[in-house]
Amino acid sequence: MNDLLAGLSEALRLIVTLDADLIEITLRSLQVTLTALVIACAIGLPLGGWLAVRRFRMRRAVIATMNALIGLPPVVVGLIVYLMFSRSGPFGVLGLLFTPTAMIVAQVIIITPLVASIAHQAMRDLWSEYHDLLISMNASRRQRIVTLMLDGRRALLTAALAGFGRAIGEVGAIMIVGGNIDGATRVLTTAIALETGRGNFALALGLGLILIALALIVSLASHWALRTERRGRW
Amino acid sequence: MLLRAILLCLLPVPALAETVKLAVTTSFRNSGLADVLLPRIASDTGLDVQMIVVGTGQALRLGAAGDVDAVLVHARAAEEAFIAAGHAPHRRPIMYNDFVVVGPLDDPAGTAGAATAVEAFTRIAESRAAFVSRGDDSGTHTAERAIWRDAGLHPEGAWYRPVGAGMGAALNTAVGLEAYVLSDRASWSNFGNKGAMRITFQGDPALFNQYAYLPISGDKHDAVAVDGAARLEDWLTSNAARALIDGYRVVGEQVFTFNATR
Repeated sequence: MNDLLAGLSEALRLIVTLDADLIEITLRSLQVTLTALVIACAIGLPLGGWLAVRRFRMRRAVIATMNALIGLPPVVVGLIVYLMFSRSGPFGVLGLLFTPTAMIVAQVIIITPLVASIAHQAMRDLWSEYHDLLISMNASRRQRIVTLMLDGRRALLTAALAGFGRAIGEVGAIMIVGGNIDGATRVLTTAIALETGRGNFALALGLGLILIALALIVSLASHWALRTERRGRW
Repeated sequence: MLLRAILLCLLPVPALAETVKLAVTTSFRNSGLADVLLPRIASDTGLDVQMIVVGTGQALRLGAAGDVDAVLVHARAAEEAFIAAGHAPHRRPIMYNDFVVVGPLDDPAGTAGAATAVEAFTRIAESRAAFVSRGDDSGTHTAERAIWRDAGLHPEGAWYRPVGAGMGAALNTAVGLEAYVLSDRASWSNFGNKGAMRITFQGDPALFNQYAYLPISGDKHDAVAVDGAARLEDWLTSNAARALIDGYRVVGEQVFTFNATR
């Protein structure tokens, strides 16, 4: 109980004093995760829509694979990305290992299946509703996907937030490919792992509380932002 | 405004100084000495040393793959094999500290009365007192295995728990289980979660722990910052390094002793 209270007061102290290191690693957490999320959404949302409207032979297998990939262990993703970007690996010449870019790549791999799967489920339900209408209007496949994405934007926001949540709290993969380098690749989660390792539970817990607060702010802000758009279906 | 802030944090930060990637062991990082050395290295040499904190085994793997420019590790046999394989031109001893046996306050195995590390370990094994092993091929793990080997013991059973984790995580586990654990002195002194544990055995020369610096050879990987690694080596063996390392105190106690030769 004492440790929990100490963690709370540590979190307050870091925020009130605007700790420079805290601001730096928090901004880097946001930079890495938001970039990864934008890329994952750019791939995952249209993929989900495409899988909802398109019928093809391997569709079931693709969807099953996508759902299975949600459970991909981040450590394994980290190891694979490490081997790819290592100087001895195929992309070694790019010199991307131990940079935020490598962390973004790992996070994109981790969250894209999740974003695509949730988007697919939401748009599949919407598609069963819109199917006759869109077919009778002779909408092209592209128009159908765009319509589903526009009218299903609340559900797609849920998909994006789920992806954000998985990425911002992820530590296994980015520890391996980022290296937790102070001032270069340290983010909130790897800092928490480091402080736990040093037995500084209060500081680790304080950082954890800030991480939770950050996720809450992003979630609230995106819900607020979407409601300000013109009145939609819901 | 908000957009600009977002764009600003999306842009990569330009590198200002020459960077050297240095793989260091968890025990070195957890001791807190790095926080003292790095700012001074930056101001003296202009080098931006980026530390990647891993066990000695993984540090050498990163070095062999050319992913870091130098390593600072503590497992002599593994270092010599590393040089023999052509991954590094030489090893440079920098400093030493020692390992200590950390255990419960009441020392159920009676390690405090042991004359040698081998005897302390034998008493732990005979009393079947819980023992947490790093189990990760790190320098500390290598040292621990050497003591078991010298004692002629093959630790196994429910009392012996290899956790496969860094020094800090192993200490947290040992504190939670009230188990014995072999730690380097610096990590333990600087550890924030000591619980009901203390140093129960120390002082045997067999527990000597030498840290050495190995620059990675540029022969196999063009991208290795050979110059930067050499300048870092110069600094680490300088009098400035000696003053900082010998002067570093954790709770009033000196934890590292500089022993590099120029």
